[in-house]
Amino acid sequence: MSDADDELLRRSYEHMHFARTLDNGLVTWQRQGLVPAYPPARGQEAAQVGSALALDRSKDFVFPTYREIGVAVAWGVDLVGYLGSHLGLWHGGLWDAARDRFAPLQAVVGAGPLHAVGWALGQKLDGLDGVALSYFGDGASSQGDVHEAMNFASVMSAPVVFFVQNNRWALSVPLARQVGGESVAARAAGYGMTGTVVDGDDPIAVYRATHDAVELARSTGRPSLVEAMTYRRGPHATSDDPGRYRSLEDERAAGVDPLERLEGVLRASGLADDAWFAALVEAEAPRLEALRATLVEPAPMPGDQMFEHVFQSPTPQITRQRAQWREESEHA
Amino acid sequence: MPETATATATATLELSMQGAINRALRDSLADDDRMLVFGEDVGVLGGVFRMTDGLQAEFGAGRVFDTPLAESGIIGLAVGLAMGGWHPVPEVQFDGFVFPGFDQLLSQVARMNYRSRGAFPMPITLRVPSFGGIRAPELHGESLETYFMHVPGLKVVTPSNPHDAYHLLRRAIAMPDPVIFMEPKSRYWNKGPVDPDAAADLEGATIVRPGRHATLVCWGSMVHRCLQVAELAAEDGIELEVLDLRWLTPIDEESLQESVSRTGRAVVVHEAPLTAGPGAEITALVSRLCFRELKSPVERVTGYDVPTPSGDLEDEFIPSVDRILFGVQRALEYRRG
Ligand SMILES: Cc1ncc(C[n+]2csc(CCOP(=O)(O)OP(=O)(O)O)c2C)c(N)n1
Ligand SMILES: [Mg+2]
Repeated sequence: MSDADDELLRRSYEHMHFARTLDNGLVTWQRQGLVPAYPPARGQEAAQVGSALALDRSKDFVFPTYREIGVAVAWGVDLVGYLGSHLGLWHGGLWDAARDRFAPLQAVVGAGPLHAVGWALGQKLDGLDGVALSYFGDGASSQGDVHEAMNFASVMSAPVVFFVQNNRWALSVPLARQVGGESVAARAAGYGMTGTVVDGDDPIAVYRATHDAVELARSTGRPSLVEAMTYRRGPHATSDDPGRYRSLEDERAAGVDPLERLEGVLRASGLADDAWFAALVEAEAPRLEALRATLVEPAPMPGDQMFEHVFQSPTPQITRQRAQWREESEHA
Repeated sequence: MPETATATATATLELSMQGAINRALRDSLADDDRMLVFGEDVGVLGGVFRMTDGLQAEFGAGRVFDTPLAESGIIGLAVGLAMGGWHPVPEVQFDGFVFPGFDQLLSQVARMNYRSRGAFPMPITLRVPSFGGIRAPELHGESLETYFMHVPGLKVVTPSNPHDAYHLLRRAIAMPDPVIFMEPKSRYWNKGPVDPDAAADLEGATIVRPGRHATLVCWGSMVHRCLQVAELAAEDGIELEVLDLRWLTPIDEESLQESVSRTGRAVVVHEAPLTAGPGAEITALVSRLCFRELKSPVERVTGYDVPTPSGDLEDEFIPSVDRILFGVQRALEYRRG
């Protein structure tokens, strides 16, 4: 392995580990009543971090779902803003989505890929070489919008990478009841584009497959699809009870946890030792504590923000309702 | 080019609404190089109603292009393009086919500015050939304004004549918010004067015929019919005011209040079905704004609560001159107690 690969392995582990720490933290904080609800990404860190690292932060653009904390960590989204969505402070989150090149969280399963195609087409029309990375799940692949997005991207040659995290579950519904043919990547051929299946728990394999797809899009404008096979090791969300639909035996099919796997690789190849791992954990503690502090006392969201941003140029009706809200809330 | 500008500066043109819309698109494309026109069959063909005729030849297939046949795709594409700083002006071929694109329209176009706290404005103008009256098949003659008006984050406008069509479309395209531009397809081929340089007052409603006995509140395709009604009523000495709302979001409440307070009676006329239709909102506004001056309950003359029919039944469904006259009569003959 080259030095670059060594570096990539270590960086992947750092991001994956912090994503896991934060993910665990959020589940705990949800139980403590600090966070209303949270969809854990446990088990998907390699797929998320490996793909995010394959992009160019200065020109590409990420279209996430709601379960992309590993992407947010590796991409370097303002995490306080990112948590704003899970805290219920603002639908899409509170980071500057245009500056961070990371679209607002998307609650509608399957709606985002079309936006990625539109953004990517715009790059082509502008003569720029940015690539859109569209994240979605095995469940989302059933949506008509995802078909429309792939077909539009192919017909129009939009530089977009469709990145499927096939975590084998869409809430309670298993892959076999979701995806005819059991592979989303197989569908790519029907759109005249490459579809690659990759071990989604190996960040380097994910990185390489995504990197190839990004380079293809950048140099030829052609879309393609990467399907990262992984496993949703946690519940769908903190409100979910997976015991109602899957057994411990089912869960064992997930195999070795991607973090443990990568730790083994790092140790076996002599890239990291006990001291390295200990230093990493130590460095995370203040970052985690700083985030927790913002959850304990989140910046308040004033009620009249409800009326802000409905329009760029508000209607008289919105302005009147806002004034009425103010008057009545002051007298309440 | 300045020559062309001066050449058109003083000329009032005689254009059909199709000509006016086509010209508005052409002039906007020329003024704004971030504007894009796309949809089904809008490129080489120029659209099934020819609204985009000649635009691809003039501006190229990068600015005016055909998409695959998928409305959700068209509207979702517009969202992504707007996120990338473009000004999309997509067309949905017929009103009833907005439905397959409803999620992208309601959950994405209408909310992205809000969701992103203004980071991604949606300066999208969605053109929708609308309303009935041309004997089209099922779902080609629907009046969807109620749906659009109910969605926070969308603005809704519909012109009734070529001059307004030109200016309202240009204005909608220039606005930083999403606008649904409902085109009254039964009026596409009627000509009228268009002065491209006289962008008179386009903000709210406009009184297209003054009167004093009752106000006919209407928009789009029904304005012409209400003018016919007013003409006939005048023969019997009844002076009807015709108020063309034009903007359905936001409704120009001041003009509505001013007119109905003066006449004391309102008859709302629309093609959309009655129940929970646009007339319900207007009636509620009139009852609050003009309660003291009202001499009769607000009358509504509308489509029925049935799927919009095609063929000859269309004439039974869309408010006719006679049905509107009956509505006027009910308002005028109302007696308290
Ligand atoms: C259009 C739509 N339908 C239903 C839901 C409710 N829902 C949220 S996530 C989810 C499962 C999605 O599965 P998948 O696409 O595989 O992503 P994952 O949750 O596994 O990350 C469902 C049914 C939704 N948010 N949007
Ligand atoms: Mg899934």
